Amino acid sequence: MALSDKDRIFKNLYGFQDWKLAGARARGAWDNTKALIDKGHDWIISEIKSSGLRGRGGAGFPTGLKWSFMPKNDARPSYLVINADESEPGSCKDREIMRHDPHLLIEGALLASFAMRAHTCYTYVRGEFMRERERLEAAVQEAYDARLVGKNNIHGWDFDFIVHHGAGAYICGEETALLESLEGKKGLPRLKPPFPANVGLYGAPTTVNNVESIAVTGDILRRGATWFSALGKPNNTGTKLFQISGHVERPCVVEEEMGIPLRELLERHAGGVRGGWRNLLAVIPGGSSMPLLPASMCETLALDFDSLAKLKSGMGTAAVIVMDKSTDVIAAIRRIAYFYKHESCGQCTPCREGCGWMWRVLQRMERGEAEKREIDLLWDVTTRVEGHTICALGDAAAWPVQGLIRHFRSEIEARIDRRQAAQKQAAE
Amino acid sequence: MSVRRLDAHQPASFAFSAENDAWAKATIANYPPGKQASAVIPLLWRAQEQHGGWLPEPAMRVVADMLGMAYIRVYEIATFYTMFQLSPVGKKAHVWVCGTTPCMLRGAEALVAVCKRRISEEPHGLSRDGDFSWEEVECLGVCANAPLVQIGRDTYEDLTPELLEQVLDGFAAGNPPKPGSQIGRQASCPAGGPTTLAQFAKPGK
Repeated sequence: MALSDKDRIFKNLYGFQDWKLAGARARGAWDNTKALIDKGHDWIISEIKSSGLRGRGGAGFPTGLKWSFMPKNDARPSYLVINADESEPGSCKDREIMRHDPHLLIEGALLASFAMRAHTCYTYVRGEFMRERERLEAAVQEAYDARLVGKNNIHGWDFDFIVHHGAGAYICGEETALLESLEGKKGLPRLKPPFPANVGLYGAPTTVNNVESIAVTGDILRRGATWFSALGKPNNTGTKLFQISGHVERPCVVEEEMGIPLRELLERHAGGVRGGWRNLLAVIPGGSSMPLLPASMCETLALDFDSLAKLKSGMGTAAVIVMDKSTDVIAAIRRIAYFYKHESCGQCTPCREGCGWMWRVLQRMERGEAEKREIDLLWDVTTRVEGHTICALGDAAAWPVQGLIRHFRSEIEARIDRRQAAQKQAAE
Repeated sequence: MSVRRLDAHQPASFAFSAENDAWAKATIANYPPGKQASAVIPLLWRAQEQHGGWLPEPAMRVVADMLGMAYIRVYEIATFYTMFQLSPVGKKAHVWVCGTTPCMLRGAEALVAVCKRRISEEPHGLSRDGDFSWEEVECLGVCANAPLVQIGRDTYEDLTPELLEQVLDGFAAGNPPKPGSQIGRQASCPAGGPTTLAQFAKPGK
């Protein structure tokens, strides 16, 4: 029972068609947006709430609820900030939205900003996405020219959409680091509280949402919350862009229903695991920060927030990284540990020091140059990073290492045994 | 965290071209009055592009003066954000090789080996003719088209070592290949054709 094409939101996901305003209109965007706005701020928020939409950037926080935290009567301006700093390894969906269907994002931004009484939206695009940024800027210009946005636009809600960019820092995907960066500072996360809804960009009420969360808004409001909530599973509703990378026959990005079984997703869209399902070693189901799951847990695995959380992993951005049996799983996680070492902003000691420490120990474990008691020590260190930092990067660095130890401890031990046996033989 | 320092050899001065200066003023106007520091990354980036792909110290001071920022605040930005190149890069191409796990699983280490052999053993080193440089970067966000390199604004995707050699040959000859998938895929569509949205898999009316 696959998602049918009529229920897909991202009809130009691969860019076969025109990304410009005319093409977007032909696919249904900007169709009487005024009628949606005329239903009022609160109607939009309540509709998004009842659609069950959960944030598509990784944490899965209910989007409508987040919007409802914005103050209704405040002398300060309100801001919508769209997080397009897509950098979680495995994730490559927001890129496709920005370059192939940018008007879905711009229309969604108008609707979301109106709902939250914001007149300005900044979109923070990661620095490397230069062509995506150019495309988005061109689409924004079209929207201004057609008076869909801007001052005195046809929707009756003054609205500016400004494209901003970073310069290569994963940490700026963390919402408060993003705000710091947008203010012209280093991307160092802020302590919370206060939360951005109270003190965000320039000290004003701000909501930060992922590109995909905003881009689906127009379709949800137009087709109705009940349409969206009927897709997927309870508490895990709607459709989702899945990104399939690694050892599959045909890697791809595809929109599917929340809760689709992993095996069905891979076999229907990605040609299956390279060398067949039996050749599967492990899967990282939601981007690099989510603990991997071994093949034995993948047989009936459903991809949604709640199913994955039960297995001590997570949905994250729905970036599915597949590893077949040729993979050196310790090396794969070691490379992820290096990523977090490189991207730690250095503000909190447990993360700054712990990420490098975990990486160095994993380098030795990859070669078997370790003692078995160090496996428990490594686990212990992960628990001293996890939950002890200002932002979630510490957690994100600890979890993949925990996943490795939880499911592949025997592999680490076997490598240590082999190394010690070889040394013993050499000594004799 | 990575240690990044300014180059020992710096030009005496830097000035935006007239066109970039006008662009910079328009960009600063995107932010509320008094919040012009928000434009620091876009302006530094434009300065780097104008200066042949690396950011000299005089440019940081020019940008700081334009935005009313202390020099140290701009130095902090330039050293924190790794896309700012603090030393000269290859004249024809500075190659970013994505090395993070999704690319590694599909052969990124072999791409790094090509760069080491063809360009320089150490990352950030210049090739003998000064035309090329390279570095391994963290996830470029193009994982369904792994492995890949980015050169300038464009990505070259679905690479093998042989295909990377062809890409580099193209840049060396001043005739870069068409960006995107180097095996003819349409964006991140599955190779061989889409499994969804067949009616949209052709140009619309």
